[in-house]
Amino acid sequence: MKNHVEARNIVKRFGPTVALNGAGISIKEGDTHALVGRNGAGKSTLVSILTGLQRPDEGEVLFSGEAAPPLADRDAWRRRVACVYQKSTIIPELSVAENLFLNRQTAGGPIKWKALRARAREVLETYQVDIDADVLAGDLGVEQRQLVEIARALSFGATFIILDEPTAQLDGPAIERLFERMRALREQGVTMMFISHHLDEVYEICQSVSVFRDARHIRTAEVDDLPHDELVSAMTGEATATYTYRSRTAGTGVVLAAKGLSLTGRYEAVDLTVRSGEIVGLAGSGSSGKVGLAETLVGLRRPDKGVVSVNGTPIKDVPSALKAGLGFVPQDRHHEGFVPLLSIAENATIPIAHKLGRFGFVSPASRRARAVEMIKDLDIKTEGPDQPVGDLSGGNAQKVVLARALADDPKALVVINPTAGVDVKAKQSLLGAVEDAVERGAGAVLVSDELDDLRVCDRVLVMFHGRVVKDVPRGWSDHELVAVMEGIEQ
Amino acid sequence: MTTSTTPSAPTAVSAAGPRLRLTRFRDLTLVPVIVLLLVVGAFVDPVFLTPGNLTNVLQQQSALALVVLAEALILIAGKFDLSLESTVGMAPAITVLLIPAASGGMGLLAIPICLLIGAAIGAFNGFLILKFQLSAFVVTLAMLIVVHGLHLGLTGGKSLFELPESLLYLGSATWLGLPAAIWIAGVLFAVGIVTLGYFRVGRSLYAIGGNADAARAAGIRVERVVWTVFIIGGALAALAGILETGRLGGISANQGVGWIFMVFAAAVIGGVSMDGGKGTIFGALTGVLVIGLVENILTLKGVPGEWKQLVYGVIILVALMISRVAGGKAQD
Repeated sequence: MKNHVEARNIVKRFGPTVALNGAGISIKEGDTHALVGRNGAGKSTLVSILTGLQRPDEGEVLFSGEAAPPLADRDAWRRRVACVYQKSTIIPELSVAENLFLNRQTAGGPIKWKALRARAREVLETYQVDIDADVLAGDLGVEQRQLVEIARALSFGATFIILDEPTAQLDGPAIERLFERMRALREQGVTMMFISHHLDEVYEICQSVSVFRDARHIRTAEVDDLPHDELVSAMTGEATATYTYRSRTAGTGVVLAAKGLSLTGRYEAVDLTVRSGEIVGLAGSGSSGKVGLAETLVGLRRPDKGVVSVNGTPIKDVPSALKAGLGFVPQDRHHEGFVPLLSIAENATIPIAHKLGRFGFVSPASRRARAVEMIKDLDIKTEGPDQPVGDLSGGNAQKVVLARALADDPKALVVINPTAGVDVKAKQSLLGAVEDAVERGAGAVLVSDELDDLRVCDRVLVMFHGRVVKDVPRGWSDHELVAVMEGIEQ
Repeated sequence: MTTSTTPSAPTAVSAAGPRLRLTRFRDLTLVPVIVLLLVVGAFVDPVFLTPGNLTNVLQQQSALALVVLAEALILIAGKFDLSLESTVGMAPAITVLLIPAASGGMGLLAIPICLLIGAAIGAFNGFLILKFQLSAFVVTLAMLIVVHGLHLGLTGGKSLFELPESLLYLGSATWLGLPAAIWIAGVLFAVGIVTLGYFRVGRSLYAIGGNADAARAAGIRVERVVWTVFIIGGALAALAGILETGRLGGISANQGVGWIFMVFAAAVIGGVSMDGGKGTIFGALTGVLVIGLVENILTLKGVPGEWKQLVYGVIILVALMISRVAGGKAQD
């Protein structure tokens, strides 16, 4: 088979940083090819070079053996390669129809809105996207927006499409639907490059895989010839044992309890007790209400009925929960987790600021000292405690958020999707830190969309349509848990 | 998602009707306010509804309206320009210094020169914001002071009364029974409405203001478009200055000072978002009309000058609340 896309000896520097150092990739026609690597391996830079958004300092890009068009000719690029970027390129204030035909609403002269809507409906129909072309794109859900992006990308006639972490924000069933769509596209002869941190997805949907590490291309192989362990060691550069889960026995003290908790439209009649020294998992699809429940446990949402108590103290909002000895990692670290411009030290010590000095004064020296400790404990890769969190990679920023949650040595810990968008190694140290805290006597609730994360849990509560339907002890199989999450079995 | 696309197509069509009307309706949220003001005005003073008075209102607002048009374009593209109000006074003043009243045939150049000065200020703002990557708010705040400072320094803080004929013409002439200023503002608003509603360049402002990275990925030359918008904005402010100069017959040292608050008030109550990407030129126009009618009613009612400010502010807040309730969505 011919190569559909080829990049050779690409070098790209941003100031002193070398983002790509003689890296390349070649993708065979009709393949679904995975690109994997840790955060900062150069994946995103390669995407912007392959889509013509950035010019490589050295090296060349070929499409079907021909040199890539000049950077200024956007339309030529878009006929060759389509991309669903990690960051949404949908404009929320415009209609779906206009988003589909952004900057090509008309070939010249005034825009004929009626004809544009008709063309938009045609495109949506061709790619089997069941969305009304007239609604504002901002009113769509994440999955629907992504479908609009895919339809738009393909409508240029490109037969090569890049999907940059498309599954990061989707829940289980939505990912399944996306994969079905990808398989259908592959049957139509579309070549795809798929980027994901979830290696099981790579094995499920891709035929071949390229591994990048430290701005270089490390290895390309057929998926079938590359076992999971080898793939991970290619990514991390060392032979890593898969994460070993520690065993422990739960104590007797209840650190976090919920009785008869209900919130309309989210969850109903939930009872929950977490003892010290145990990790309780919360699993379920995106609509199961698990995140809503977790946010109630930390005081972010107020339940319609029922009481949450931390260490025996009923809580009514976040400050009272923190005071009662709770630490938490919110779902979206960018929105609720940290203040990007503030330093690691400041971010991580917000909850213990009152202990670092008297009368509202915060001693910079003791703050720094605490931060240095945290950086060591959690293995945060940084220039030092004064670096702004906004400059850190996703995994390290998440470690800062976790450090903050652990700062006050909480008795109860609630962690929501801690490993979203985080690479393999960071994932392990995040989960390890949670286990450490539990060994020190805390009780934890871990909410995750990822089955692998849930393996650290001593038991997993599975939610379905707002109810806890099953309490699964350790030692479950993927199949077993998914069946309960999807409501197939109870 | 993957199933049943064909049966879904008809529902999409039927849903188009009402929803479309709704989006149009959002543009019209201030229309009831305008009607209400017309009714209130008629009760307050019988003079209010006479053609003479209404023409007067329109003429008084036409200069402000052009600055609102400029600001609306800039806001939709996701930027900010506070310096427009200083341009309103400074551009015609500098023009007069360059071309004194007694310069004869050269006088015809006054209008083009004035527009060029405005455009140059806009271009300089754009340069600082795009090339130096400075915050639009701070840059144009500084430029507001710089431009007004130039005006004061060069004129010695004095009002200018000896002006070239051509500079006075547009603001004082009457075309087909209406003041020329109304025609000019009307035509420019019409051009704005059509361009932003029906042309690719116009739509690209929404794309840039909504998500600049997405606009760039779609092949829109973001920097070029934004720069052009700043230049057009500056030129429109200069034109507003010409209209104001002609209407008043002179250029005071304070021409334009304080306008920017009214400009933002008009744009925002007209539905233009301070966050960019949202709002229409028609909406901005209704905002101007509301402000103009309120001002006129206050004058007719004989509200003492000291109290006008307060009544003004309160009415803007009420208009905001009405448009928020009628528009449904939270305002930014």
